Amino acid sequence: MRQKFGLLLVMLMAFSHQAWSVESPRELLPNPQQEAQAEEVGRQLRCLVCQNESIEDSSAPLARDLRQIVRQQVSQGRTSHDILKWMTHRYGDFIRLKPVFDRGTALLWLMPILSLGGALLLARRLWRRRHHPLPLPPLSGEEKARLHKLLTGD
Amino acid sequence: MPVTRRHLLAVIPAVGITAFAVGCARMLSRMQQGDYDPRAIHTPMLNQPIPDFANLPSLPGLPPSFDAPTLRQQDHPVLINFLASWCIPCVTELPLLKELSTHVDIWGIVYEDKAERVSAFLNRNDQPYQRVGHDFSGKIAIDWGVSGVPESFLIFPGGRIVWHNSAGLNQEVITREVLPLLELTP
Repeated sequence: MRQKFGLLLVMLMAFSHQAWSVESPRELLPNPQQEAQAEEVGRQLRCLVCQNESIEDSSAPLARDLRQIVRQQVSQGRTSHDILKWMTHRYGDFIRLKPVFDRGTALLWLMPILSLGGALLLARRLWRRRHHPLPLPPLSGEEKARLHKLLTGD
Repeated sequence: MPVTRRHLLAVIPAVGITAFAVGCARMLSRMQQGDYDPRAIHTPMLNQPIPDFANLPSLPGLPPSFDAPTLRQQDHPVLINFLASWCIPCVTELPLLKELSTHVDIWGIVYEDKAERVSAFLNRNDQPYQRVGHDFSGKIAIDWGVSGVPESFLIFPGGRIVWHNSAGLNQEVITREVLPLLELTP
């Protein structure tokens, strides 16, 4: 019985989280297309209070205010790009959950390709070495004489 | 032994790992010294003009309010301090601000707080503000790039933001950052 109650509680919590990422239905825009745009922008913006949540997920007052601003700007017909720029102007690149591609973040973004490329090169070298060993250079006169000495046992 | 291409290629991973280790060590030591915080909120408003805002509502029993043009027209630096009576670091930094107010004018912007609460709070304490405005909705603060209270900005004549601190003030920050800037005042 107690286990069942626990399960029910967990399910309830899971559902309530999904249903109420935005705190109140009054926050939503009446136009579903605009609301979808606002949610898409909001999911890309970091809540600066609980820093690994987006403003759509966070229940901090600042996130609520930022959601309101996003929705206000969406209903004024501003593009997602403009809204993100407005936010970055005030809070810096840090407010974007997905870092932009620029000089400072190029290494971060290119690292998967670089590591994959490096690994492939290394694999190719190892494979080649195993299947096509390098031909040995011919023995020098001194070495030939030593070999002869060893083989004949003189 | 002659240096071949093979030797050079073999050195690359070692150099890469060393560079990575040096980078990590530098980051960790700067984190310990306190001049790098990976969770710090960057302050892109530096060297920008102050955002525009109309006259803020004033609060009962407190100094008069202000608008953006008034702030721009000052011929001396002004420290803008965002505060709220519900914020513990704001209560803590109040004596420091009082002391700092002998060096620079301090104007307060009250962030998302009830007028009567903040009036009572500031009148109960020895308040440092020459002017106090109310940002009830918190939207003015967002325009300034404020992510929480307290935050302070140093404004030079003409309305240029020369310094932004997105945390509570302490004596070290004041002596190391604010006072030297005040000596630079144009």
